[in-house]
Amino acid sequence: MKFPVAALSVLLLAGACGQQANPVGEAVDRPASETTLHRGNGVEPDSMDPHKGEGTSGANILRDLFDGLVGTAPDGGLEPGAAESWDISDDLMIYTFHLRPDGRWSNGDPVTAEDFVYGLRRSADPATLSEYSQVLAPILNAEEVIHGSLPPESLGVEAVDDQTLVIRLKGPTPYFLELLTHATTYPVHRTSVERYGNRFARPGNLISNGAYVLDEWVVQSHIRLVKNPYYHGADTVRIENVYYYSIENPSVELKRYRAGELDWTESVPHQQLDWIRENMPEELRIAPYFGSYYYGFNVTRPPFKDQTGLRRALTMVVRRDILTEKVTGAGELPAVTYVPPVTGYAAPLPEWATWSWEKRLEEARRLYEEAGYSEDNPLEIEIRYNTNENHRRIALALSAMWKQALGVRCRLLNEEFKVFLETRKSKAVTELFRAAWIGDYQDPFSFLEIMHSTHGQNDVGYANPLYDALIEGSMVETDPATRMQMLQDAERILLEDQPVVPLFFYVNRRVIKPWVKGWDDSLLDYHPTRHMYIDRPAAGR
Amino acid sequence: MLAYAFKRFIGALPTLFVLIALAFFMIRAAPGGPFDAERALPAEIEANLRAAYHLDEPLVQQFGRYLADLVRGDFGPSFQYKDYTVTELIMTGFPVSLRLGGLAMALAVVVGVAVGSLAALRQNSWIDHAVMSVSMTGISIPNFVMAPILILVFAILLGWLPAGGLGDGSPQNLVLPVISLALPQIAYISRLTRGSMIEVLRSNFVRTARAKGLSERTVIVRHALKPALLPVISYLGPTTAALVTGSVVIEQIFGVPGLGRYFVQGALNRDYTLVMGVIVFYGVLIVVFNLLVDLMYALLDPRVKY
Repeated sequence: MKFPVAALSVLLLAGACGQQANPVGEAVDRPASETTLHRGNGVEPDSMDPHKGEGTSGANILRDLFDGLVGTAPDGGLEPGAAESWDISDDLMIYTFHLRPDGRWSNGDPVTAEDFVYGLRRSADPATLSEYSQVLAPILNAEEVIHGSLPPESLGVEAVDDQTLVIRLKGPTPYFLELLTHATTYPVHRTSVERYGNRFARPGNLISNGAYVLDEWVVQSHIRLVKNPYYHGADTVRIENVYYYSIENPSVELKRYRAGELDWTESVPHQQLDWIRENMPEELRIAPYFGSYYYGFNVTRPPFKDQTGLRRALTMVVRRDILTEKVTGAGELPAVTYVPPVTGYAAPLPEWATWSWEKRLEEARRLYEEAGYSEDNPLEIEIRYNTNENHRRIALALSAMWKQALGVRCRLLNEEFKVFLETRKSKAVTELFRAAWIGDYQDPFSFLEIMHSTHGQNDVGYANPLYDALIEGSMVETDPATRMQMLQDAERILLEDQPVVPLFFYVNRRVIKPWVKGWDDSLLDYHPTRHMYIDRPAAGR
Repeated sequence: MLAYAFKRFIGALPTLFVLIALAFFMIRAAPGGPFDAERALPAEIEANLRAAYHLDEPLVQQFGRYLADLVRGDFGPSFQYKDYTVTELIMTGFPVSLRLGGLAMALAVVVGVAVGSLAALRQNSWIDHAVMSVSMTGISIPNFVMAPILILVFAILLGWLPAGGLGDGSPQNLVLPVISLALPQIAYISRLTRGSMIEVLRSNFVRTARAKGLSERTVIVRHALKPALLPVISYLGPTTAALVTGSVVIEQIFGVPGLGRYFVQGALNRDYTLVMGVIVFYGVLIVVFNLLVDLMYALLDPRVKY
């Protein structure tokens, strides 16, 4: 027993006495280094293989490691990536990309059009086991390849020469360029994939073509990237090392931020928002996020089947201002429509949204009674959500609002996440349930397509041929204005049929140290590190 | 003794088999699967994934396949962490948990036994009462309360120690997690030691030793301590196995990349192979540590012979 005692006391003493040398205490007011950035990044990323990863935490890192054909500007807009320019045919079906001649992999190999052909085919190939290959669906033959009915070689991509890549689409897809910022479309380095197989996405093995290279990966702790000297824009990349920390609990993340160990957090804990507002208001950043939080009615079974009026009544009497101010409280936008605000799209406001509260209440009560319910015979419903404190508080607030306005009796039922997903999908027992959707690209189609009657995500069971026709029509429409009009008409029909109760649009919230510069708000929350830099004087320290 | 150890290990195999079978069928019985997410997979893609991981086979066949792989020492690929196999995940997490848990256990034994013995020797004195009330507090305060308080004080307010992460593995990063892990154990062990020491001090052989005129020091250290430690040793077996396989609470709060998180995350993600891997690993450790406890008994208690 003697040895461990001695060893332990030495260790503990070393820890306690090491304080003079420990920079942690001072780091709170100044950056630890001018060239190293420490980013909190939520849950442990599932993969560094761009064709296998599917979570946002992995995507954040992959965006630094790889350079897609199209890149992401600080504000989330598009900018040239591995392709310096592109031509689009008049029918919007053929994209010709001109790759930059100075594109290099992190081992110095040139990045060629063939690398993109290989990457896209591999991404679509069912043998790759990608969970996100659906992103490629607009490419000619992609769905057939993904489903295994055509070989990967038949994918509509072709390398004309080393610098010219042609992608043929199935239909005009106005958001196609934006899809090319998604990791699923990144190129991969063929020889290292073939040499290392499943182990190719490891430090030392992973060859990437972006601003950074994977240098270290301690699972459940952090991933360290270092600058890629071969990157075509290397002279503009000012952060030399980026640490991405896997911290799934926002309270823990905030503590590490306050201790000076992080410059940038992935989120902030809901319960501590008020404290942050009071104590570090300049470091708190809240910005719109392309996500919609709503409740779905299961329209395939009672009590909501064929009850548009009843569904409308419940939708009308939700006090969204109270919900966003008192319950969620981070500056979320109250929502009466389903698609979040996005440039170029005018949301079709329902008529009742402009009514006074009294008028809404009156109409809702009328509809409620029309559906056969009254004070003596109240509607009894079950609200189902996945176990989470925020979801519970929202469900509680809604049930109180419905009880007060209409006398509805709600029963709250929470389930563990995967159980919830399964019950929601099966549509066999659900009545009213929590749902949310985050757009993959800045276009209303990203939201509206999931309400198509055949879409796998349509957990409400909504089916309206008119709606389906508009969605399908928008997929082949080449005129942008007509297409947007079709999407708007589709959403109007959706809101009239009311299979969902829109509640609010998401925001991102995080704390950022004042010396971190070069970033901007981004609707999809894309923040590539290559634009960022550390500016200590600007932070006033 | 070696033959005994071997016999015990063989005897544990049926237990391990039952454990594996129970865990295997229970996690499969849970609704939802590894590929369910807020964003549902298209049916064809999900079918392709299920086939690739053999999830489309009958359950019994999958179980047979799992056992066959296990015998070859292959825990399979992780469903969630696609770049790693379960064996790799366990082998990177275990050393971290072992270091933290081992240090915490060593600290707990040293402090707990010392403080507990002291309290027993000064029974009903102020020292005894102080030790017992502090340790009661130690047992009652869960470490998900204690750990954030320690971080707040030592990392944020005083800035002496890091708030989380392992850093480059320096001792500073270990101090807070080790203390948080050790505190409840110190409390528990000191109470155990005190109780058993008080009992031993009243036994006949201690009275005999004193009657022989041995010094108090010799009586305590040579005669009383060993038998007084027996209940502590029994407690240490399973507890050490639990501590060295990581604590999900401590690992999350301090951002420590140990094994503990895999138990919870594996189950939440329905990462079947990962859950099975950590359960089998933990099961084997429990068997090993219980065996060690029994062997320690033979060393400490002259009445026990194998």
